[in-house]
Amino acid sequence: MNKFAFVDCTTVDQALAELKDGAVIKAGGIDLLDLMKDGIVTPPKLVNIRNVSSLRGITASKDGLHLGPLATLSELAAHPEIQRDYSALADAAGHAATPQIRNMATLGGNLTQRPRCWYFRSSDFDCKKKGAGSDECHAHEGENQYHAVMNNSTCAMVHPSSTAVPLLAMNAQVEITSKRGKRSVPISEFYVPPEKSLINETVLQTGEIITGIFVPAPESGTRSAYQKYGEKESFDWPLADAGIVLVMEGERCRKAAVVMGVAAPTPIRSQAAEAVLTGATINEATARAAAKAAMQGATPLSQNGFKVQLFQTAIYRTILLAAGQMQRDPSAIG
Amino acid sequence: MAPEIVLAAQEQQQSTQPKSVKKGVEGEAKPTREAEKKDEQTPTAAKSTATRTETFVFGIPQNGLTKKERQVPLDEPPPLAQNSELKYIGKPTPRYDGMAKATGRGKYTADIQLPGMLYARMVDATIPHGRITSVDTSAAEALPGVKAIHVIEHTFGIAALRDPKQEAPSKYPVIRYAGQPIAAVAATSPQIASDAAALIKVTYDRMPFVVDKQDARAPDAPTVFPGPADAEGSAGGGGGPKNVPQVGNVHGPERKKVGDVDKGFSEADAVVEGEYFTQVQTHSALETHGFVVDWKPEEVTVYASTQGTASVRDEFAEVFKLPKSQVRVITEFMGGGFGAKFGAGNEGVVAAHLSRKAKLPVKLMLDRKQEHIVCNRPDSHQKLKIGAKKDGTLTAISLTSYGTAGVGTGAGTAGPATNLYKCPNLLTEEYDVFINAGPGAAFRAPGHPQGCFAFEQAIDELAVKLDMDPMDLRDKIDESPTRRVERKIIRERTNWKTRKAAGVDTGPVKRGMGIAQSVWYRFINMDSSCEVRVSRDGSVEIMSSVQDLGTGTKTLLAIVVAEEFGISPADVVIRIGDTRYPIGPNSGGSVTAGSITPAVRNASYQARQKLFAAAAPKLSTTADNLEMRGGKVVFKNDESKSYSLKQIAAKMPTSEISARVTRGPEYAKERITYGGVDYVELAVDTETGRVHIEKVFGAHDCGRPINPLGVISQINGGILQGISYALFEDRVMDRKQGYMLNANLENYKIIGAREVPEIEIELVENYIAQSSTDAAGIGESAGIITLAAAIGNAFYNATGVRMRKIPMTPANVLAALGRVSQEETA
Ligand SMILES: Cc1cc2nc3c(=O)[nH]c(=O)nc-3n(C[C@H](O)[C@H](O)[C@H](O)COP(=O)(O)OP(=O)(O)OC[C@H]3O[C@@H](n4cnc5c(N)ncnc54)[C@H](O)[C@@H]3O)c2cc1C
Repeated sequence: MNKFAFVDCTTVDQALAELKDGAVIKAGGIDLLDLMKDGIVTPPKLVNIRNVSSLRGITASKDGLHLGPLATLSELAAHPEIQRDYSALADAAGHAATPQIRNMATLGGNLTQRPRCWYFRSSDFDCKKKGAGSDECHAHEGENQYHAVMNNSTCAMVHPSSTAVPLLAMNAQVEITSKRGKRSVPISEFYVPPEKSLINETVLQTGEIITGIFVPAPESGTRSAYQKYGEKESFDWPLADAGIVLVMEGERCRKAAVVMGVAAPTPIRSQAAEAVLTGATINEATARAAAKAAMQGATPLSQNGFKVQLFQTAIYRTILLAAGQMQRDPSAIG
Repeated sequence: MAPEIVLAAQEQQQSTQPKSVKKGVEGEAKPTREAEKKDEQTPTAAKSTATRTETFVFGIPQNGLTKKERQVPLDEPPPLAQNSELKYIGKPTPRYDGMAKATGRGKYTADIQLPGMLYARMVDATIPHGRITSVDTSAAEALPGVKAIHVIEHTFGIAALRDPKQEAPSKYPVIRYAGQPIAAVAATSPQIASDAAALIKVTYDRMPFVVDKQDARAPDAPTVFPGPADAEGSAGGGGGPKNVPQVGNVHGPERKKVGDVDKGFSEADAVVEGEYFTQVQTHSALETHGFVVDWKPEEVTVYASTQGTASVRDEFAEVFKLPKSQVRVITEFMGGGFGAKFGAGNEGVVAAHLSRKAKLPVKLMLDRKQEHIVCNRPDSHQKLKIGAKKDGTLTAISLTSYGTAGVGTGAGTAGPATNLYKCPNLLTEEYDVFINAGPGAAFRAPGHPQGCFAFEQAIDELAVKLDMDPMDLRDKIDESPTRRVERKIIRERTNWKTRKAAGVDTGPVKRGMGIAQSVWYRFINMDSSCEVRVSRDGSVEIMSSVQDLGTGTKTLLAIVVAEEFGISPADVVIRIGDTRYPIGPNSGGSVTAGSITPAVRNASYQARQKLFAAAAPKLSTTADNLEMRGGKVVFKNDESKSYSLKQIAAKMPTSEISARVTRGPEYAKERITYGGVDYVELAVDTETGRVHIEKVFGAHDCGRPINPLGVISQINGGILQGISYALFEDRVMDRKQGYMLNANLENYKIIGAREVPEIEIELVENYIAQSSTDAAGIGESAGIITLAAAIGNAFYNATGVRMRKIPMTPANVLAALGRVSQEETA
């Protein structure tokens, strides 16, 4: 690891003032320190925001859910109102990583963590995401069993944030603060596909801090769920995951959001799947039809064809879970 | 030398061993260790020393115990009764050093701190194949805090060319795998050492490489060696055959032949044939390889994370041309080896060079990435064919296997096919395939998990074909009396009776059950010595260089000493893991318990006899009138006269009495293999490819269990490691650039707490009357051999589909189930 300076801040203004000359924000530090230990990033200075009390806290009010970026995954998972009204978010936060990591991991850091692509994470490889001259995505011709099955022609990474999946399904807004002021970005625009930028995965720019996440209050009849699937139950990353929000009118689904996490370089909604569900009665047949529709047009690589099947299973079972027609799947991980 | 084969028929209890068949040579499990070769050559006790006749308890309790007469050397103790009649032996005893480990008081090699100690860091090759043209250490030398730099001239662990002249001489070794150590630096802090390592500039001439075993077999593949090359085994076994043919990267075959397989297949009523694939598994010990070396002119002290203090001492002495008496190796606490930690290794040798140069102690622990590259279990591609008569009688077995141990050899898999069941016609051909990847090493039952995965699934397939219950088929072909009892226990204690036909469950989640069997070998290491000392205050110590690599050796020894002296195991002081003590066995091949416990019991007995002789006059009696009974010393002729050990010891004329014993030969060599049967119940989700192990029941034989708690803990560990091998672990190499992609514990996936099934273990006591304790090791026959096969058989029972490839990840399972469509695989 490189040598670096460390500044501890207690206010947003102080943190903003320190964010210059290559300094980076440190929240829980879980992802950042891993990247530094592997020599993937070498920041000269860490700006610790963990003691900025104004960035903490979870408030559920009439208009919706106000989340401080320092809310930990454990806090999100254990919050009674989130469990009741935003269950997909509680599911996603509560099944990420391990209990110890969830106690340290913050929501802001979770949304902004870097991809797990093993070519990106290994100091043995240069890759265009790391700014190398080479124009090659090593995963395309290489070992790609964990990589994207959609939108993968430029860079086949997947975004690892589990919490981003329900937040996208719930139309959350990300509040971003810089010295110039505040801006609010819908989470659907927060993530940037590789075609737009290979280096940045989000719209965050140097000198900007996430200062809040807002989730609008659910319409009545809303039910939601999130599940992830993969190789191992204990602290493993998803190979397929689904966040589902259904607005039900009796048996009929009035509105649906179907979001896939690790299918593509950014979390994506499937309009095709949502169209199948909208206006339909939710049952195993419609859930499977929606899952199938979601995977139309998938472009798997040489080793990850199985993820197409895995996503279909993740989607149909999570739809049924959201609709209350299935228990949490014992085959899901985390 | 003609290949020798252990035939299953030898595991008979009544008859003596047929003269024509010798012990021990098969696949990887041949006694490569000198000490075991010595055992092989040593005649039984009766033939080598003055003896008396003793009658031993013999057999398996479930079958009714019998008696056996043996010739026993005069200075050895009387036979032990069966476990149920003993005070400490056979009683579950908590780990002697459990508290020290759990509270952090136990100091592992990584915890050793010496005054002035430096920290070392290796510089590793960043290319998979090529020649070093220069190593520039000047910038590193100039860094303040750097005290010594060493550039490696000879790399250990890589096969050597039979004709070294095939390669142009160079002062640097040829780089044959990415991660190969090149140099190292010692500095006053780990940070400075790692900064300095980054400043060492290495330039290379690159050469073509290959890391995919299939590609490496092609005639035009880049070659790892320009000509035939052979690898040495370690004190833990491993290493492959030498001087076999080599074409390109393909080294072999090593051929073993019995009878005529063509004839055997022509006589068969049913034949099963299949190809099986297993992956490379890295040892992934929690404590990485590492050393602290303190080089002083009068003595070199080596703190080692090793499973062989003696073998480490020997290698240091050999490499540095030092008398063994000037090398001291210490391993007090040890965080796992699994077969890969026997020698000085590159890291030990380098640490010693650095310490000698700097004149200060040096610590060198590998990091996790290096740990993944330094050793592994080779993979395999096996073609297996078995023929049988209608009643199950085997008529022929043929096995061809290719495996890669990277830049080493030792990827054979024929152990189970050769030694599990009797078959008159057998042909095995084993090939090693060189690739540009880290060397294979002995790994918990070398060759057997791979071999068993194929062989025990093929036996299961044969049962299907013959329309026989898999247990019934094994009852027919398996001559081992212990495994017969083990199967009976499993039939009675599990759901086997309710087992359904294959693949009958409806719905996406399907359940099944299966079994698989293991065979392992009774190797004895004759370098098993110890000293037992009694002081006048009644305290008792035992000393030996034998190490406890986490298997519970300390507890085992405490129990054996305690039984002789009638004191609690917790009151025995165990001093082991230091070559200043009498030399004990290296812990490989499951030799430790079977080799050292007889020496410890005999030494305890002799010390006690000396004590009785010394104390008797002061008690106005004779030594032969004293005996241990119920933890007390009593007069044989007057039971009212009873003393504690303390009271007796107080009568000693000198301040201590001790006895030093080296293990004697086996009383007999009838039982030379043992084994277990493991049963698995699982659920397969056919839409996610997830395999969930719900229950494992293991029935195992380890001779006389000294500490059932320790034995069960070993089996639990073997079962978990076996599940991990079957379902998760897989070394992933990037074929285009030659690097290991998952050299971490994030993407090199190992079983976690959530994947642990319900486990039940039944130990089958097996009294063989071959030594004064009758103990045998369990480390290797424990679960690791069988689990992948048992899971494969249960998977078939659940789904009607045979998994011929591990790990059984969603990718591999969904592919086997036909759930990955052609377009989807592009
Ligand atoms: C074994 C393992 C398994 C895991 N499994 C999962 C999983 O299944 N699902 C999942 O979602 N995650 C998983 N994780 C990842 C983990 O959840 C994230 O690393 C963690 O949430 C990061 O949060 P942090 O607060 O520690 O971020 P940090 O490491 O402190 O920061 C991460 C990045 O975010 C930036 N950042 C942090 N806060 C802000 C802010 N307020 N404004 C702007 N930028 C900011 C930092 O500069 C940095 O670049 C796993 C991690 C491990 C080690």
